Amino acid sequence: MAKPELMDYDKALELFEPVLGFEVHVELNTKTKMFCGCANEFGSGANTNTCPTCLGLPGGLPQVNHKAIESSIRLGLALGCEIAEHSRFARKNYFYPDTAKNFQTSQYDDPICHDGSLTIELESGRLVTVEIERAHMEDDAGKLTHMGGSTGRIQGADYSLVDYNRGGVPLVEIVTQMIEGAEHDAPEIGRTYVAGIREIAKALGVSNARMEEGNVRCDANVSLRPRGSKVLGTRTETKNVNSLRSVERAVRYEIQRQAAVLHAGGTITQETRHWHEDTGITSAGRPKSDADDYRYFPEPDLVPMAPSREWVEELRLTLPEPPAARRKRLQADWGFANLEFQDVVNSDLMDAVEATVAAGASAQSARKWWTGEIARLANAAGVAADSLVQPAQLAALIALVEAGTLTDRLARQVLEGVIAGEGTPAEVVASRGLAVVSDDGALIAAIDEALSKQPDVLAKIRDGKLQAAGAVIGAVMKAMRGQADAARVRELVLERAGTAESGSVE
Amino acid sequence: MTELIRLTAAELSSRLQDKSVSAVEATQAHLDQITAVDTDLHAFLYVAADAALATAARIDARRAAGEELGPLAGVPIAIKDVLTTLDMPTTAGSKILEGWVPPYDATVVRRLRAADLIPLGKTNMDEFAMGSSTEHSAYGVTRNPWDRDRIPGGSGGGSAAAVASFQAPLALGSDTGGSIRQPAAVTGSVGVKPTYGAVSRYGAIALASSLDQVGPVSRTVFDAALLHDVIGGHDPLDSTSLTDAWPSMAAAATAGLKDGALKGVRVGVIKELSGSGFQAGVTQRFTETLALLTAAGAEITEVSAPNFEYAVAAYYLILPAEASSNLARFDSVRFGIRVDPAEGSLTSEHVMAATREAGFGPEVKRRIILGTYALSTGYYDAYYGSAQKVRTLIQRDFAAAFDQVDILVSPSAPTTAFKFGEKLEDPMAMYLNDITTIPANLAGVPGMSIPIGLAPEDGLPVGLQIMAPARADARLYTYGAAIEQLLEATWGHTMLDQAPALALATTAKGAI
Repeated sequence: MAKPELMDYDKALELFEPVLGFEVHVELNTKTKMFCGCANEFGSGANTNTCPTCLGLPGGLPQVNHKAIESSIRLGLALGCEIAEHSRFARKNYFYPDTAKNFQTSQYDDPICHDGSLTIELESGRLVTVEIERAHMEDDAGKLTHMGGSTGRIQGADYSLVDYNRGGVPLVEIVTQMIEGAEHDAPEIGRTYVAGIREIAKALGVSNARMEEGNVRCDANVSLRPRGSKVLGTRTETKNVNSLRSVERAVRYEIQRQAAVLHAGGTITQETRHWHEDTGITSAGRPKSDADDYRYFPEPDLVPMAPSREWVEELRLTLPEPPAARRKRLQADWGFANLEFQDVVNSDLMDAVEATVAAGASAQSARKWWTGEIARLANAAGVAADSLVQPAQLAALIALVEAGTLTDRLARQVLEGVIAGEGTPAEVVASRGLAVVSDDGALIAAIDEALSKQPDVLAKIRDGKLQAAGAVIGAVMKAMRGQADAARVRELVLERAGTAESGSVE
Repeated sequence: MTELIRLTAAELSSRLQDKSVSAVEATQAHLDQITAVDTDLHAFLYVAADAALATAARIDARRAAGEELGPLAGVPIAIKDVLTTLDMPTTAGSKILEGWVPPYDATVVRRLRAADLIPLGKTNMDEFAMGSSTEHSAYGVTRNPWDRDRIPGGSGGGSAAAVASFQAPLALGSDTGGSIRQPAAVTGSVGVKPTYGAVSRYGAIALASSLDQVGPVSRTVFDAALLHDVIGGHDPLDSTSLTDAWPSMAAAATAGLKDGALKGVRVGVIKELSGSGFQAGVTQRFTETLALLTAAGAEITEVSAPNFEYAVAAYYLILPAEASSNLARFDSVRFGIRVDPAEGSLTSEHVMAATREAGFGPEVKRRIILGTYALSTGYYDAYYGSAQKVRTLIQRDFAAAFDQVDILVSPSAPTTAFKFGEKLEDPMAMYLNDITTIPANLAGVPGMSIPIGLAPEDGLPVGLQIMAPARADARLYTYGAAIEQLLEATWGHTMLDQAPALALATTAKGAI
């Protein structure tokens, strides 16, 4: 497919005003599916988590997962939504083989949550409040795999396989109001907004919130209107954008593409578009008119819901501190520079650092260990850093370093022992015999021996070339098998060199 | 053996309990009757003879070992083919499901098995329960045991005919707009549509989810009550299932046999369900029954339900709308037949279209088209929305009526059994045959049909419909049993004894 013309981004913004809208699907991490007792599990054998209900067999009937309703309400509350006093499910009728019943059980005119907002902070410090129209519950579709074609897409495939394990998994679809005034920040608003939703879902514990596993998926609506116009342009909906960076790229791409089309006198087709991660472009999907007729009607197999106000208030009390506020508070408490703090956030180590500080370590030491040595080991092992070691163990290790019992080098060996399951840091120190040698007598003996073997070095030190002491320190550390405090050794070397001048060394 | 098949379920049960009859003998007797008469009547789509006898043998062994069994243990039963069964094909009377053996039992079937009833097989029905004559079955018609040129009612014509022809003492039906009550009326048997939510719909292939209800078919009110007690009660797999604690329907039926059970009972006659359009003999038997009730001390009042006039119209919007969505799953992907298109590529869309074209009959297609239209944007409010409002008005009519009376009565159907083909080309005439039964489904209230005699002009059975407020199913059994007792005392025999031709026919067939 020929690459379409793109307009320079700044020029596009000069000529047009972007209007955005996002639909974010959050897959809930309930134990069972939305409407049956099948396991809600990623990675099981194809079609193993299925039953008459989620396979859409004749006679199958839905049963509502109350945990999913609870999670949806908590998500809605965290987004500042009103929780409907009366809510019901509706059938969205359309034929597609990944939808077992050939209708999706969704919500139409009575969504569980409505009228909320999320305020996001851009890198520039600009605050943008994204209004949320509704957050409704629905069941996910199965997964299609197209076989026989070269592209893995449906075009050119010989046949397709359907795995209904994901069919019936609970989703919350969060729909924004139209976002105007985004201007140059449009792509970043997309990324930051989706990041914000993901962070909230994660903090609430209602979703695994892993975008790479499709737990959070974004449909990005973009339209342009000429500067000065009040009339909305035709929008496109880029479906299933699966990473934060892709959201940003897809929005930017659509702005540039649409601007080029419009500027050349063309028109935008109202359609869905596919995002191609590899090439960084979108391509046309199916035409989508506002008149798409899903023949919605209230789901007769389920009774309407009326979440009591008492329950909603109880759930409100379970909400964690809003992630943005928590970040601000922790950065201030820890006194981290922006880059230091970003490093912790981006490595997903905020919880780990917080717990380590709570266990008595200093914030800087905790940060240094988590983002340094532990992250390195985790990376090598291909696991999450916070799965390697308990914050309390790390705090104990840091305490040993600060007490002078361990050098940084020794501490790294102790850490390995702790990770290998050899016990607490103190136990590893004892069993591996790794404590720092703090007996000055032993050190002085080793220093005197080293100095006597390197008279030239001794001369240099006496000439005031103190950096020459390094060679002696190295020899002493080696003799001590590393179990000495290098700073103390240096002190003693200089002292002994001075003493030697006074003639005690032969 | 022919003696065994004429026993009621309750009578058979006591013979089984005192071990004068074994479950194997009872099952064999009914299988013999099926062999004798069903080639002609075609009540069954599938007969599970070996499985039934094996189940019966196991039950006999357990009884012999002294195990305490339920009241219906060892009693054979026929199951409408709309209910999923693990060990028997389930087609709902449709070509599209030909040969499909479900991987699960409907809740009511599971409960039957748990109560040790013996499934004999699956009974014929209008395709997906769409019809009032069983002529819309993809597998051929079922004949009315009273007159083989006539329909057995529908959609549950197979279950009603099986019970009326002594092929089974009990059967399960499903009733969306009268599919249990109307066949019962035209075959001289008893049928009950319980309160919506009283019996689980899990595993009942959905026609219209907000109207469907599974219920018992039998030859006596007490037998129906025994079966209701087995299948009823809350099922967590059906979200519309009521969580009520239900009284014993069998006990309620027994209470109706006491002297003076009808004294002071306020009986409402629905003005709108009488008069023109009702066959003379139907009206005559209905009026005579009212006279009997009055003589027994009941107070008869006429009540008006002004919105019943719109019931059929509302029903034929709500039903097709829900059905169009419920039947969307029949797409050849996961179960049922698959038909490849004669030309064009084998995309899922083309295969689905070819399968639905070949697999669905004309009545099913008609209703899918009607329902799809009624739900479409721009028409929804005018059709589906208005129909739901009518439904609310009908519920109010019932509420107002039940403020004045304990039960409501009407003829179960406007006519006796009509001839094959008589209404097949005129869907409106067919739809209007449900005018008496549809209001109960729209309001969710329970309804029962019991036989009240033969129409003088054609000698065919006439049914009385009794309706009670939602959740008051027990009232149907009490007054139904009382009226049944009153009628039988007047006649000096049961309804089905009034059909000597049937008895002769079955005996003659049995001798072949």
